[in-house]
Amino acid sequence: MAITESDVRHVAMLARLALTDEQVTTLAAELSGVLGHIDTLQHLDLEGVQPTAHPLAMTNSTREDVVVPGLSRAEALRNAPLSDGTAFVVPTITGGGEES
Amino acid sequence: MTTLDLSSLSARQVRDGIVAGEFSAREVAESAYARIEALEAGVHAFLQLTPELAYAAADRIDAARTSGEDLPPLAGVPAGIKDNMNLVGTRTTCASRMLADYESVYDCTAVRRLLNAGALPIGKCNMDEFAFGSSTENSAFGPTHNPWDLERVPGGSSGGSAAAVAAGMVSISLGSDTGGSIRQPGALTGTVALKPTYGRVSRYGVVAFGSSLDQIGPFGKSVDDVSLTLAAIAGRDPMDATSSAEPVPAYAEMLDRGIAGLKVGIVRDMLEMEGCGEEIRAAVDAAVETFAALGAEVGEVELPSTEHGLAAYYIIGPAEASSNLARFDGIRYGHRAEDPEDVLDLYTRSRAEGFGPETIRRIMLGTYVLSAGYYDAYYGQAQKARTRIIEDFRSAFERFDVLLTPTTPETAFRFGEKSDPFTMYLNDVYTIPVNLAGNCAVSVPTGLCAGSGMPIGLQIIGDYFAESTVLRAAAAYEEAAGFDPVPPLVRALG
Repeated sequence: MAITESDVRHVAMLARLALTDEQVTTLAAELSGVLGHIDTLQHLDLEGVQPTAHPLAMTNSTREDVVVPGLSRAEALRNAPLSDGTAFVVPTITGGGEES
Repeated sequence: MTTLDLSSLSARQVRDGIVAGEFSAREVAESAYARIEALEAGVHAFLQLTPELAYAAADRIDAARTSGEDLPPLAGVPAGIKDNMNLVGTRTTCASRMLADYESVYDCTAVRRLLNAGALPIGKCNMDEFAFGSSTENSAFGPTHNPWDLERVPGGSSGGSAAAVAAGMVSISLGSDTGGSIRQPGALTGTVALKPTYGRVSRYGVVAFGSSLDQIGPFGKSVDDVSLTLAAIAGRDPMDATSSAEPVPAYAEMLDRGIAGLKVGIVRDMLEMEGCGEEIRAAVDAAVETFAALGAEVGEVELPSTEHGLAAYYIIGPAEASSNLARFDGIRYGHRAEDPEDVLDLYTRSRAEGFGPETIRRIMLGTYVLSAGYYDAYYGQAQKARTRIIEDFRSAFERFDVLLTPTTPETAFRFGEKSDPFTMYLNDVYTIPVNLAGNCAVSVPTGLCAGSGMPIGLQIIGDYFAESTVLRAAAAYEEAAGFDPVPPLVRALG
């Protein structure tokens, strides 16, 4: 199946990737090539076969519901590229983009 | 200072030598760093060396010995750790610009267990970015070179872990295997490399790629070293709900029981597959004769659905990867784009700037096969093909104890040789079905290919939690094959 540049732009938005025009062109060709190889699966008759999501026949795995220490705030923020020492700093998400 | 040659010492011999007082753990660490000093400029097995951690661990071992304590099973054994596993006091970069400065804030369970068993953390090993690749050429920090021939790749994605063992920089190392990322570099570097059963080793603290496929496992120069390492890292972990409570046997104590009567199936259709090198086919055929000579009952088996393994894997793997890598948002950790206009701009630019080309390819492929209108045709169909592959293995293990295939269709290739993504993907055609089914397999060297001069790997596949059988078969074969795991480059150091 051929992937068009417009398909690539759509998927890139779903994947939250800002691609350059050059990347879009390259990826359209590369993904079409890879899909050409994996399209063989579509011709297999797998009617009635149960899908496998997970390889082990494990049933629910639970533990006692006890409170244990987790990461401290300082540890959780340690790798944040931008933080105010108590929270992650993000651009304004709601509203019209005005600083509030 | 005594300079020990770690190439000529097994992990077991390192520990025994420390226990007997022949040398100290500190001298072992010094020898590891001396070897790295001599060869690392050409090999580039490491992204970070951690001498402070290694010497502190060595001093604890030496102090324990002085005070007469029993030493743990890997006491003083120098170890490499793939750089997708967290260890406090180290960066965990996944060989990505995205995580170039990421400091571990907790320990990966397998790494913690390895260190609790007395191993010395020598450094963090190079890899393909986020474990996407079969050559380490996708590392954002430059590739690792194969110690058998520096012009060739060591395989991947755990190429640094494999090369560090092959070059005698460490005795053992940890890698992770999602589609062959332990076994394939093991084959290409002449090391013993095990992918345990899914759930055998906790995945807590290894950066997730394909959550239903990933498994941590060991590299070593011998089956014995790999067995000791597996016993140290395996077992139930409350931090990973998919880790198994299946008891962990003393694998290394069962290696010498021989393989008389072991039922060994050669996977004929995989061996006859187009693209498998003639010399590799011949090496596997010769290995089959060795197994027969050792008293195994050899027969043939077919795994017809594994023909679709590669296609199913390149849907399921990228689908899971694209979901797992959605966490990189430029906010909580990782690369953050400068001066974002809004949150969408922050996400999309941080990700595009931080990820390398193969990572972007996998995310795009995974997002595509999961997107509206394509989900059933790709992901749904791949999940069903996965069931068929599991059924193939199940019926094969009704007749056989272990199955034999090549680990890879060819030996180590040259840098830049595989520029088309799918050509690279074909290198994992024999290893991928085992990840899809979730059982275990080890790669053990058979000898050198006359054509390329590079090592060839034999893959021994076992049923779920049959590591002891697989390792026992590998140990018997290893002794008969008599492969010398020391590359000429290392031999020349004298």
